[in-house]
Amino acid sequence: MESIIAYFKVPRLSYRVWKVWKRDKDVFMKTLKVNFLPPLLEPILYLAAFGVGLGIFVGKIDGMPYIQFMAPALVAISMMYSSFFECTYSSFVRMYYQKTFDAIIATPVSLDEVIAGEILWGATRSLINSSIVLGVIAIARLTPSPFFLLVPFFSFLAGLMFASIAMCFTAIVPGIDSFNYPAFLFITPMVLFCGTFFPITILPATLQSVAQLFLPLTHVIIIARSLTIGVFHFSMLLSFIWIIVVTPVFFILSINLMKKRLLK
Amino acid sequence: MESPIVIEATDLTKKYGDLIAVDAISFKVYKGECFGFLGPNGAGKTTTIKMIHCVLPITSGELYVSGMNVKEKGREIKSIIGVAPQETNLDPDFTTIRNLLVYSRYFDIPEEKALKKAQELIEFLHLEEKKDVIIDNLSSGMKRRLILARALINDPEILILDEPTTGLDPQARHLIWDTIRDLKKRGVTIILTTHYMEEAAQLCDRLIIMDYGKIIEKGKPSDLVKKHIGDKVLEVPNNKEIINYLNTTCPDAKYEVAGEKIYVSSSQCEIAFPEILEKFFPHEALVRDANLEDVFLKLTGRRLRD
Repeated sequence: MESIIAYFKVPRLSYRVWKVWKRDKDVFMKTLKVNFLPPLLEPILYLAAFGVGLGIFVGKIDGMPYIQFMAPALVAISMMYSSFFECTYSSFVRMYYQKTFDAIIATPVSLDEVIAGEILWGATRSLINSSIVLGVIAIARLTPSPFFLLVPFFSFLAGLMFASIAMCFTAIVPGIDSFNYPAFLFITPMVLFCGTFFPITILPATLQSVAQLFLPLTHVIIIARSLTIGVFHFSMLLSFIWIIVVTPVFFILSINLMKKRLLK
Repeated sequence: MESPIVIEATDLTKKYGDLIAVDAISFKVYKGECFGFLGPNGAGKTTTIKMIHCVLPITSGELYVSGMNVKEKGREIKSIIGVAPQETNLDPDFTTIRNLLVYSRYFDIPEEKALKKAQELIEFLHLEEKKDVIIDNLSSGMKRRLILARALINDPEILILDEPTTGLDPQARHLIWDTIRDLKKRGVTIILTTHYMEEAAQLCDRLIIMDYGKIIEKGKPSDLVKKHIGDKVLEVPNNKEIINYLNTTCPDAKYEVAGEKIYVSSSQCEIAFPEILEKFFPHEALVRDANLEDVFLKLTGRRLRD
């Protein structure tokens, strides 16, 4: 029991978290043009292939055209991809290959703050990338509700959750190739089954429960879709609560796991 | 040694599960000296150093740095220490100067002051031409110098150098040595680990030799050489005739046979030196000055460690 509590020790953080965030931001700004292209092009490809192409055969879902149903999911997926991959592959490179964490913790910045800063940067990547996708679907007139302007705020929270989960994997993987496991067994199923390209209500009841209880993207999509389309259900509130509860748990866990890995 | 104590360790211990990496060691480092940690790989040097700069928590014992307890004042201690680690952990995405500026932020150094300091350090370590170059394009010697510059960005009272010249050519090594001497003159306390005994002898005022987590010897380099080896070492090829001669001339002497050579220190059997030089191989036998490497190998053995 005591050992479990040790994994949930609340970290001591200060303003120095932002210095780590700033370092990551500085690197990002150096390669700005390369960074912007994929999130800009990817949703256009998806909208063309699935929205326009597949959409012709699908007809309407929940009373809306298929392309409208799918568009907010693209925004949600980009929140997940950008923050999850930032805090797995990219953070691992900084931690393991570049030894950036070692360099920083030799200064008054603590490891707790390094990890928190990395996660905040992962959340920022979610904000940046998903806002680009949101811009694309707004231009394509797929954001009928003015509430879609709240999506960037929400994307930071969703990013915080995915980045925290990602950082837990980063703290325990033996090597960078091991990220294939969460990428294919956790991320890819979510992209396919969490209400992205079809509503989860058509899944068997057990799978629906799994998606609702254990797969974070389900909840992120419910909120992103509600805000974009302007139709609000009670389920949106539950999803919000789910995210609010899960995020700090993984945030704290990831920092303690990292301490165990790096500060023996 | 009337200088104030800067680092004081008492029964300092670090355990990893059952493995004792550092085993109840005690030492003092005085202000302004260059203090060396020597020892084979895995002796506990780097672990000790990481406890000094508050990256690794201590298991037991006491450790004070600049009067502050490492258990309570980690942040404050880190702010007065500069660390140049063994591994190159510079930011590969940044230029030389940007590496220094980004690092200065972690110490809360105001931007203007940091810029001035960074320029100064770039000059001090002769990196002017590489100031705006991405560090991937720097030679290993330049990277070492930049790591040293980065360790100085906060004007540290204590500078920790973990194998600062490993893998460098003689020119680059001497430049680093000159820089270390210069810093010592300015009153910076220096902690140095190295596998190069010549480096330790050149730079360290005092040193400790560690093995298996314990301190096995401590003192001034020259005193240690005198104590354990004497002034001179005779190196002769390993053959029976010489061994017989040594055993009859100095029956109690300890000499070392390693591979193709026999090493005899002057403290053990100096009277045999002229005889051996004359009688046996006048061209193959050699008498040279004793050095710290002789001490190190005598105390830690010649067996490979990893």
